[in-house]
Amino acid sequence: MSIPLLDIKALTVEFGTRRGVVDAVRQVSVTVAKGETVGIVGESGSGKSVTSYAVMRILDRAGRIAGGSIVFGGINVGKADERTMRDLRGREMSMIFQNPRAALNPIRSVGRQIEDVLIEHSLATRADAREKAIDVLKAVRINDPESRYHAYPFELSGGMCQRVVIAVALACRPRLLIADEPTTGLDVTTQKAVMDLIRELTAERNMSTLLITHDLGLAAAYCDRIVVMEKGRVVEEADTATLFANPRHPYTRRLLQATPRLDSKVADLLPEEDSRRRTPSTRPPGETLLQIQDLVKVFPGKDKGDEYRAVDGLSFEVRSGESLGLVGESGCGKSTTSSMIMRLLDPTSGHILFNGEDIGAVPGKRFAGHSARASLQMVFQDPTDSLNPRWSARRSISDPLMRLASVGGSALRAKVEAVAEMVGLPDHLLDRFPHQLSGGQKARVGIARAIALEPKLLILDEPTAALDVSVQAVVLNLLVELRERLGMSYLFISHDLNVVRLLCERVLVMKAGRIVEQGSAEHLLDRPEHPYTRELLAAIPHPPSSPPRVSSESEDSVIAARWP
Amino acid sequence: MSLSSVKNFTRHARYVMTENPVTALAALLFLFIVIAAVAGPALVPYDPMATNGGRALQPPSWNHWFGTDHLGRDVFSRVVVATRLDLMISLAAVALAFVIGSAMGAVAGYFGGWADRITGRLLDTIMAFPLFVLAMGVVAAAGNTIENIVYATAIINLPFYARMARAEVNIRRNAGFVQAARLSGNGDWRILAQHIFPNTLPPMMVQISLNMGWAILNAAGLSFIGLGVRPPTPEWGIMVAEGANFIVSGEWWLAFFPGVALMLAVFTFNLLGDGLRDLVDPQRRT
Repeated sequence: MSIPLLDIKALTVEFGTRRGVVDAVRQVSVTVAKGETVGIVGESGSGKSVTSYAVMRILDRAGRIAGGSIVFGGINVGKADERTMRDLRGREMSMIFQNPRAALNPIRSVGRQIEDVLIEHSLATRADAREKAIDVLKAVRINDPESRYHAYPFELSGGMCQRVVIAVALACRPRLLIADEPTTGLDVTTQKAVMDLIRELTAERNMSTLLITHDLGLAAAYCDRIVVMEKGRVVEEADTATLFANPRHPYTRRLLQATPRLDSKVADLLPEEDSRRRTPSTRPPGETLLQIQDLVKVFPGKDKGDEYRAVDGLSFEVRSGESLGLVGESGCGKSTTSSMIMRLLDPTSGHILFNGEDIGAVPGKRFAGHSARASLQMVFQDPTDSLNPRWSARRSISDPLMRLASVGGSALRAKVEAVAEMVGLPDHLLDRFPHQLSGGQKARVGIARAIALEPKLLILDEPTAALDVSVQAVVLNLLVELRERLGMSYLFISHDLNVVRLLCERVLVMKAGRIVEQGSAEHLLDRPEHPYTRELLAAIPHPPSSPPRVSSESEDSVIAARWP
Repeated sequence: MSLSSVKNFTRHARYVMTENPVTALAALLFLFIVIAAVAGPALVPYDPMATNGGRALQPPSWNHWFGTDHLGRDVFSRVVVATRLDLMISLAAVALAFVIGSAMGAVAGYFGGWADRITGRLLDTIMAFPLFVLAMGVVAAAGNTIENIVYATAIINLPFYARMARAEVNIRRNAGFVQAARLSGNGDWRILAQHIFPNTLPPMMVQISLNMGWAILNAAGLSFIGLGVRPPTPEWGIMVAEGANFIVSGEWWLAFFPGVALMLAVFTFNLLGDGLRDLVDPQRRT
């Protein structure tokens, strides 16, 4: 075997914190050969990002490399002086970060930012920098690079910004690209475009890539080899086909199981012995609960001409006890729709009939006192942002009960504890503040607050988007259970068709404020008619279809054969 | 419940102190100033108002630590006794500015529109004046009393709170927890008072502490030029003003010690800001 380009041996990284020294990464060994794409997969807190920061030597001030070695192209990164590192970063190895907008300087045009890198590493002079920068923009397939050269980051879409970040990272033709969650926060179709671009460019230039992600499906689609990390350690390492066909470590198996596949049911996401597994009932839905008629929302622009029709003549209905999925990419108007149904936003025209009453006619400002307020609740996308940072979990859950149900004293205490138990939140966590809770626990507080009043309609706005897959599995099963117990209807909003179909019988696909296709979840998945639905489906990266079972030999070979 | 929260608070306070020695030093100085303000008049060795022609202009000695002034009054006693008055003026002024200013700013930031435009222009008008001159004008026009010093100091500090509250409320206006509060049936005023405003407190604390320093300096400044507190009341500004005449002839201690007291007080409040913020921010607690 030839000498690898990047050789991390027994790396340990320590952080000095309030409670003493914490090992974020322990004895991690990873190698990346020339031209190879290696994925580091793990959930939050697994130390995958810290490992990559250590390679670039851009750890926080509190962090330090406490043991092991990192050798990159014959240079010991751990011991190199700062000048050598400055030369290495950008020219020999570069990095793509999670949030492309934050990675670009907002007050410099994108062309200038690419020039800066080229000039810094003496690959261009003032005279030819512009020309070379435009070449680089061309290389990342940006249309009309001459005019985009002058654009500022805020004028570009998220996917476009990420392309520019890739352009900056690849401008000097580095030998190693580290991509740290490069597509989190992008739409699935944009994700596919960006990842395809990275794959093409790195293949073209025979570069090595270290892809850091929480998404096993993404890693399966784009990596040659996968390293699975848990709590700062490497638990398993194998080439992609072997890992999916024959995962050895229990953690890998759990992770694989929790990742939704094309054919998995919501209960499949949890291990068989887990008591929290739930199967949605097939009870037919009752009568119409919510009816949306020709709903329109127009946001005024600066001039008369550029008003923006966020929601453009939407009509659909939700029956009682039914789960309806609303799928679309960012900017398609799904969040605007949910805000209007929740009466946080007033529609421009159209009707929102809830139990036959047009609640769309009541101004949102005065809806707080309306009798239907308690029946319409919502679970928000970002569990951190949706909890008041100064309130304990107990107080957050109590708030709707105090305001709308006028419960107080010991009855309130008992009710909060009952609701917390229903969502699986232990009593001792109730007196904690949001920052003392994990992502999954915060999500449960958000759900508990929404169901405390036993609403009739619950809108779930990407309730699992910010969660790790294993937590997502638990939360999805919890939502199934709660629906059965409380007889609620769900309106599940997401950009991920694959998650929506786990919970919903019927799905609407939305684009540019209109419904382009609707039907049963299976129908949409199996025989999508509209090209946009097909595009959405094709863009979702999947791990190989069937759940791997280590026990049965024959099945292994079938899966291995199916996986190229 | 309240006992345990008090215990939590003390533990957190101790942590904030040990983590940042500057905060510990500031807290120590602050304690010192508070003791001087509360118990000062009972502790000092001489009556701060008692004149004694026979002992005028004595340099610092064992009997008179800070020396005596031109009327034979003990400078040490006067410096210590003045703490209460100076602290009261600045505390009242800052409290007034904080309450009115942050209420105005919060309303402007939350509701926007006309409320925002009117308060914005009002604040711009105040800020357009040189602030100390404005304070002079207010005291000169309204009358030379301690209350008017408080009002004048409050008026010139008000825009800082209003602007800060407006900005901090504005960025949280559409936060997820605010929308959630709306779904829970909270009206606008309750959302503003219970959900948004408390979240703006940590950065405001820094402002309050810095302003305490400015307010002390401002009150002393007004007295220095002869407005506000009148002699023979012991007050740092007047003492510096009176002592300034004697520096030329070599009696430096008359102005020096009240000056040092003033500087220490301002210094303390400036240092205290970060510690106060850490103390009221629940995210710093574990």
